[in-house]
Formats: sequence, C-alpha cells, structure tokens
Amino acid sequence: MKQHNLHGSVLAVLFLAFFVMPEYHDGVFARIMVLAVYAVGYNLLFGYTGLLSLGHALFFATGMYGLALPMQHLDMGPVPAFLTGLAAAAMMSLAVGFLALRTTGVAFMIVTLMFAQAGFLTILYFGEYTRGDEGFVIQQADRMIAGLDFSDPTTRYFAAFCIFAAAFLFIAWLMRTSFGKCLVAIRENEDRARMLGYDVQLHKLLSITLSGVISGASGAAYAFLFGYAGATFASVQYSILPLLWVLLGGAGTTIGPLIGTAFAFYLVDFSSEITDAHLLVVGAAIVLLTLFAPQGLAGELRRRLFAWLP
Amino acid sequence: MRRQDSSANPVTRRRLLKTLGAGTGAIVAGSTIPGLFRYAQAQSSEPIKIGFQVHRTGIGAAYGRWYDRTTQAAVKRINDAGGINGRPVEIIAEDDGTDPKRGAEVVEKFATQSNCDVAFGTLFSHVVIGSAPRAGELKIPYFVVSEGHHVASGMLNRYTLQPGITDVKSQVEAMGPFVAANLGKKVAMIFPDFAFGHDHRDYFTAAFEKSGGQVNAHIAIPPTETSFTKYFPKIPQDTEVLYHVMVGPAVLTFVKELGEFFGSSRPELFGFIDSLEAVDISSPGLEFLEGTYFWEGNPRYAQDNQTSHDMNYRQAVGVDANGASVSDAKDVSTYAHMFGCWETLNIIKAGMEAAGYQGPQDRAKLIEAVEAMTELPLSDDHPQGAKIFNGKTHQVFGHQYITRVTEGKLVLAHTTSIEDTFYPDEADYTSQPF
Repeated sequence: MKQHNLHGSVLAVLFLAFFVMPEYHDGVFARIMVLAVYAVGYNLLFGYTGLLSLGHALFFATGMYGLALPMQHLDMGPVPAFLTGLAAAAMMSLAVGFLALRTTGVAFMIVTLMFAQAGFLTILYFGEYTRGDEGFVIQQADRMIAGLDFSDPTTRYFAAFCIFAAAFLFIAWLMRTSFGKCLVAIRENEDRARMLGYDVQLHKLLSITLSGVISGASGAAYAFLFGYAGATFASVQYSILPLLWVLLGGAGTTIGPLIGTAFAFYLVDFSSEITDAHLLVVGAAIVLLTLFAPQGLAGELRRRLFAWLP
Repeated sequence: MRRQDSSANPVTRRRLLKTLGAGTGAIVAGSTIPGLFRYAQAQSSEPIKIGFQVHRTGIGAAYGRWYDRTTQAAVKRINDAGGINGRPVEIIAEDDGTDPKRGAEVVEKFATQSNCDVAFGTLFSHVVIGSAPRAGELKIPYFVVSEGHHVASGMLNRYTLQPGITDVKSQVEAMGPFVAANLGKKVAMIFPDFAFGHDHRDYFTAAFEKSGGQVNAHIAIPPTETSFTKYFPKIPQDTEVLYHVMVGPAVLTFVKELGEFFGSSRPELFGFIDSLEAVDISSPGLEFLEGTYFWEGNPRYAQDNQTSHDMNYRQAVGVDANGASVSDAKDVSTYAHMFGCWETLNIIKAGMEAAGYQGPQDRAKLIEAVEAMTELPLSDDHPQGAKIFNGKTHQVFGHQYITRVTEGKLVLAHTTSIEDTFYPDEADYTSQPF
C-alpha cells in the first residue's frame, strides 16, 4: 500500500508541479522526465538484473533514429514512427542481448560498449541519411498529433509526463511479478536462481530487451518532443550518463532514476552558474555521494529510513 | 552561468553626479562629449541581455576561449560607445559543453530564466542544430557564429540567423576555381568522416569539377582516429594537389604525420586553416608546410595591406601581428573564425537600433530589421571585410582569403570576391510566420 501511495504521490507531484513551477523549470522537467525514462530502462538491467551495460546509448539512439529517420525521409506520421522506434530498439536490444549475454562481468561491459561504438560509427557512416554528428531537425510542423502541437510547452510537459508515468508504473508492476522477482534473484545469486530451475539466460535476454525498448522509447520521445536527432546521443558519454543517474538516484529502486536524473541536471545547472570549473564541482559531488551514500539517494533513504521503499 | 558585466563603465552614476555638481562649466563640457551624454541615458535603462552560448568544455573549448575574448572585447567597444539604444549590453555566458542537449538547455535558460533578449555565439554545428528548434519555439532570436550550411539550407527556423560569418558551402565553392587555376587539376581530398567533412567533400568536388578539375580520391578519416599514417598511402600517385581539412584535438598529429609521410617530395597542399586553428604554424614538425596554401576566414598574420579596421580589432581583442595573444605568444588565436562574434554583435546592435528595440516584445521587429540588411561595408564593425547579407536565407556572404606559408608565416596570396561565394538560395525564412 505504501508503495502505491509513493508512486501515486510522485506522479501527482509531477503533474501538479507544472502549474506552480516557473516556466524554465517546466521545460527542464519535461526533459528530465523523458531522460528519466532512459534511466528507468537502464535501471531494469543494471539495478534489478545486475548487468552493467556500457552500451545503452545504442538503444537510446536506435529509438531516436527509429522515429526520426522515417519521419524525415518517408514522411511517416509521429505515431507509427514512434512505434517504429520502439520496434527498432526491441530488435536491436534482442540482437545485442543474444550476443552479449554469451559473456559476463567485465566482458559484458566491453562487448556492450563495442556494440554501442559500432552503432555510433554506423550513424556517422550513413551520414547522407543521418547527417552524422550534425544531426537534423524534426520540423515543428511535423510534431503534431491530432491537432496537438508537441512543441508547445504544456503539451510537451504532459506528453513527457505520460511517457514517464507509463515507464515508472510498468517497472513498479513488473518488479512485483514473478518475472521481476526472478530478475532480482539473478542479481543476488545467479547460480542459485539457476539451481532453482529458472531459465537465467532467457530472463536476462528478456530483461535486456525490455530495458532496450524503454531506453528506445526515451530516445524516440526526445527526438519528437525536442525536435532533434544527432549522433552525439549514440556516443559513449550517453552510455555513461544513465549509469551515473541510476547510481546517484539509487540502483534497484523505482524512484531512483527520476531522482538521479533530476539531481544530475541541477548539479550541472547550478554549478555552471557559479564557476567555469563546473565539471570539477560535479565530479566532487559524485565522489562525495559515492563515499557517503554508496547506494544512491533513494537507496540511502531505504537503508536509513524507509525499508519498504520499492 | 556567470554574469559578465562588460559595460566597463568608467563613469558611474555617483561620479557623474559629482561631475555635474562641480559647476555649470563642467555640465556644458560634459554634455558636449557625446559618449558621456549617451552614458547618462544608459544609466537610466536596463541592460540589453545577450545570452552567450560558449564552448568552454568539450571539443570546441579552444574556439570557445577565443570566442569569449572576442565577445568581451566587442561588447566593451559597444558599451564604450554608448551601448545599444542608450542601454548597456550585458553578456550572460554559459558553457554548453559543445553538446547539443546541453546547448538546447542553455538556450531555454537564456529565454525563460535569465530573460535574455537574444541568444548568440554558438560555433559547432551539432550544437546549433540541437539548440535552434528550442530557440524557434521560445521565439528568441538566435544569432549563430557557426560556419555551418545549416542556416542557409533552410533546416532551421526564422529565429535563427548567421549574419557574422560565411558558411562552409560558400567558402568551399569559392576555393575550387583558385585551386584549379593555380595549383593543379587532380586533387585528392582528406577530410573528417562526419557532416562537416562531407560538406567539404560534396561542395568542393562540385565546384572543382565545374572549374575543369578532377577529384581522384576522397579519403574520409573517422572522427575517433588518433593516428593517420595508414590513410596516406591511399593518396593516388598522380595527385597534383592534396586538399586537407581536419578538426579536433588530433589536428596537429594529423599535419605532422602528413609531413613525415611526404618527406621532401610532396604534391601541392591546400588546407583549410581549421586543420591548424589555434596551432602555432612554426611548431616543430610543420616546416614542410612552407610554400603550401590555406583558406583563412580572416588572415591570422597582419598583412602588408592591413586595414586600420583589422588593426583596431586586433588591438581591442588583444591579438598581436602573428595572431597570438598579446600576453602570451604561444596562445594562438582562432583568428579565422572569431571575428564572427565581433561582427555578429555589431549586427545585433545595428538591428536593435534600426528596430527601435525596447524588449522581448520587439524580437520579431529585430529579426525583420536584420533581414532587411544587405550591404555591410568594411569598417570597424566589420573588420574582416565587406559583406552582403541575404535576408531570405539568413546567411551572410563575404570575401575569402587564401594565404601561403612564406618564411613561417601565412602571407595573403588571393582574396576572392564576394560574388565568388554566391550560390542559389535554398530557403526563404521570411515566408515563415513569427
């Protein structure tokens, strides 16, 4: 019950925040919610299944280009393009998972990193269509569904809210199912889960696929809501970011990805107002957090105050 | 974001009042000095806030440092002359990390938190393209200093303009006839394998072949590459001219390895100075560049025919006759590009004054005023040279400079006409509603 209340409260706060926050923070939170979906996807694989991927930018970018390329070159509408983005991310994560899950531990990290780098270079290679590193704009006129203009701040905010709510509630539900519990069992002790008769490899493959689809949904939503697709989002940096957000927020918690994404954004935003050396401030904050709250913000809350925190 | 009050106002309100209280003679004297009088007006007005999206970190940091210095110098000059419409200019600078996501966030911050009147200063194309949609949605004029063809191509929106620096398409197309007529007819091109390099590949090839030349090899180098030796054997034996352009942290390695590869026998070399921007041309290992040619947006070394405008501009920014900082001869400027900041700020000033700009409600008027500009004569406002602004495509066109390395310096060999840089319009932003 407490968990339901928490999830409902988080969504209620996000819904109502739009009406009380200044305009700047409305725009910021629209972006944070979209990127938090990426972190939610990453958290499923890393936080709940215990697989550390360094290549999730590939899935994010697959969703992004899965939406943007058909819109740009085939004049596809946003809804089928979004579904294309999800399907592309599903196929990509299934294929990568099928191959990468033949490895474990550090090798898994390296293999996922290499796949992501191959994806990044592929986007550059097909620059004629993708415009490579420069990327391209999805025009405002194309960002309409049923008369709703998704470049409008209100529409964008609530679209981001809906996507975040869907991912957030899906994960909250999934982790209460036997499938979700099995993922946690794999994270805690893979051999024991296998001994108990679970098909560990299949569960991992499904986890990476779901994680990829959620990450891809975030990428597709980013391109559609903010009107831009570019290869930067497939670079190594964007594979590291969701790891950072999840670690800061609390791996294996439902609210951790949102907290981590918001915390990381405002850390950069505030520190860059104070000093040119804002990356130093960000680095110091991360080191301190790692030292004194190794389980992340939500993880620390669960450890110290709210043991029921999902 | 840091506020950088560049008004550099030597006359404070208190000091001015003291001056006025000193006697009628002083008042008369004060009011006859135009600058002082204009400042008295400025004191009663809110500053014009210009959001400066600066590459302080990331791949564009070397450019960002000099874009920043040029911007501060230009704003100081504008403020010393009375500001814009009698109001001082305040720069609100924020690092975008040379990242398109952060770039868009910074533009949002300028528009909705810092209440900037305009946003300005972005160089790297992917940051411009990632940020421009947000500028259009937030209806904040976005003056970019990027060189990219993205503005003139029609990809962006009515709120995005590039009035202070020419685009890569016009630059490259103007080089084709010179190379064909003076250096050779068979060219091999080496370029970075991303959009900027592809623009060079496509536009130069077309212009060069139109001039009767032939490109016999396109050698694309992946952007992650740190060693280039393995690419050089791909240069065909019969190459007469090697066209090179490279950007990023490995440019010096690229040029040095090029020298090591060719040794004493090399084809003619024609490069874009981007390959050596912010790099000392007399660095060890670059001796082989003697006698080679470079495109420069603005000649780094003060030339024999240096104008008083270039002299004043150098002095204001703090650049010596060799294109380095006056305080550190090893700190070489990005001279070929950074004039764009200076000239863009003067366009913003001229546009705001023509539009009678009072505040954000006049942003559309400002854009219309800039769109109405055509000829921009050589002056202290435009020290790089005369220019022609195309209001439809939001892109400026201007002279391009070709220099030759002579005794370790870049010496002017050819100046293109503005007309050499023209190409047919690809967009008409004026048809878009505000």
